[in-house]
Amino acid sequence: MKDDIIIRVISNLLIPFIQLYALYVLAHGDLGPGGGFQGGVIFASSIILYVLVYGIDEGRKRAHQKITDVLNSVGVMIYGGIGVVCLFFGGYYLQYGKLPLGDLKHASHLGIYGIEIGVEVTVAAVMITIFFEMAGRKSD
Amino acid sequence: MNIAEHFPALVIVIPLLFALITWLAGLINRAFCWVIALTITFLCFLMSFSILNTVMHTGRISYHMGAWEPPWGIEYAIDYLNGFVLVVVSFIAFIVTLYSRKSVGLEIDEEKSPAFYSLYMLLFTGLMGMTITGDIFNLYVFIEITSLSGYALIAIGRRRNSLMASFNYLILGTIAATFILIGIGYLYMVTGSLNMADLREKLPPLYHSRVVLTAFGFFTVGLSLKLALFPLHIWLPNAYTYAPSVVSAIMAATSTKVGAYAMLRILFTVFKVEFDLNVVPVTKILLVLSCIAIIAGSILAISQTNIKRMLAYSSVGQIGYIVLGTTMANQTAMTGSIIHILNHALMKGTLFLVAGCVVYKTGIEDISGLKGMGQKMPFSMAAFTVGALSMVGVPLTVGFISKWYLATGALKAGMWFILPIILISSLLSAIYFWRIIEGIYFAPAVSSQHSEVSTYRSLDHHNPHPVSRSRDDAPPGMLIPTLILAGLCIFFGIAAYIPVSVAEKAANMLLGGT
Repeated sequence: MKDDIIIRVISNLLIPFIQLYALYVLAHGDLGPGGGFQGGVIFASSIILYVLVYGIDEGRKRAHQKITDVLNSVGVMIYGGIGVVCLFFGGYYLQYGKLPLGDLKHASHLGIYGIEIGVEVTVAAVMITIFFEMAGRKSD
Repeated sequence: MNIAEHFPALVIVIPLLFALITWLAGLINRAFCWVIALTITFLCFLMSFSILNTVMHTGRISYHMGAWEPPWGIEYAIDYLNGFVLVVVSFIAFIVTLYSRKSVGLEIDEEKSPAFYSLYMLLFTGLMGMTITGDIFNLYVFIEITSLSGYALIAIGRRRNSLMASFNYLILGTIAATFILIGIGYLYMVTGSLNMADLREKLPPLYHSRVVLTAFGFFTVGLSLKLALFPLHIWLPNAYTYAPSVVSAIMAATSTKVGAYAMLRILFTVFKVEFDLNVVPVTKILLVLSCIAIIAGSILAISQTNIKRMLAYSSVGQIGYIVLGTTMANQTAMTGSIIHILNHALMKGTLFLVAGCVVYKTGIEDISGLKGMGQKMPFSMAAFTVGALSMVGVPLTVGFISKWYLATGALKAGMWFILPIILISSLLSAIYFWRIIEGIYFAPAVSSQHSEVSTYRSLDHHNPHPVSRSRDDAPPGMLIPTLILAGLCIFFGIAAYIPVSVAEKAANMLLGGT
């Protein structure tokens, strides 16, 4: 589809906004509907759109296999790591209130942001991986 | 910060995070994976041991995730029963990891080995999580982690049959998990609670509610599928036969045991004994099924020619023993059942590890191919003999202890008809194990060209050399873990009071004592 100038220009125009929207959904997860999971899926959809327009090989140049593979794990480690850090500040596992980030309210708020960022990273990376795996399969 | 206080969380979080770190380390150097897996499983074993020790001294531990009070938050609750199971699971996992390096190198493609260790750690996390959690939904999540990593591990070997075995297990495992989830949903619908201890308090007035009865039915069937109770065991033989040896060993030794543990939890912690005995005749149903399982598993095992498949069918029978003890609802039989979780893990672990050694050395998986192995692999075969004697239930081995407790428990319950069943099954297992032991020690060696075609041929191990009489045992890295397990089969057969003292307390607690 990359020969079609309309599709190319429109998708180039849309992708940054989709990604920005993904971050908005993440950031507003505590106030409105959304959160890390939804944000991650939206972010992945921007990459998927790019692949649909430019093809798998071009897409893999933008989202390297190595990078998505590593990000799959990194997100979970952000999540679990924050839980473990809570232990060092005298809390229970995942008790964000104990993090040294201001008073209880702020610490809890920022703690759960960290968790959501972890979720977003993993979900986006896993979605992209699944898409590439399915799209890259040769029919036999 | 008192680190010991956080062991209940760490024993899950550390293997979970290191499952991912293992994979990342594998990108740098594949040799790291085994080292990390070994360290982490050993660490978890030490932590589980410390947890059990604390429980024995101070009683039930309750850990609140994120400091949310139960019943709202997720509670990790450890008492005598799951403290015991945690130690068993982590110990077996450590031994199997120790064993795995060579075996994985042979049976799994080199580039898949980081993925293997990562999945292996996830399986371990799932099993530990199923055991430790006091929250029924959390239990479901861990059941899924265990199952999903299990499907992938079964399919990771080089054999094409393993894909089909894994797929069958996937279908049945998903049905089981769905049933369990439906059960959880129904209980949540009527009580609004997911905490096991809280459900125990809230359910009694609702025992005759149809929703609760339905939920209980779904739980029983779902868990029976997971732990492969007789008519629902179809997924198990293929899965154990075609999986890589290490996977067969860890799954046979731990994953059905943890399934049995989960069933104990649902039957005796979430519901009370009175419910199982008076409201629904579930103990009677399970009693009949487990008796059939014990006999049928043994009979099916006799007719097998593949050694791993034979061991798998024998597992079906042994799972019958574990369930049998729970259904009599008296303390002695329950003790036998709980202790059989450990004992069966030890002996089945030994036998599967020996099967792995034989595959490693000769590529033979066929029973007839074992002829004359007594001279070739004396240590492995000695371990096999110990495991086999245990399965038969010869005194001074662990198998005898569990059968003794089950039999005396049956007498106390006035169920005399259980005795002949235990006896017949012991005789049947004597038949199928003696057949092998006779071949190992008393038959002349045959070269593998004349034996049945070996079902397993690996790519870089294409010389299943003729079985010679010269000694050529498995490498020490595989032999030592096997011998440790075999040694423990005898040790706990003699020093049985160590596990029994824990199991008795656990049985007493489950049956409503203090």
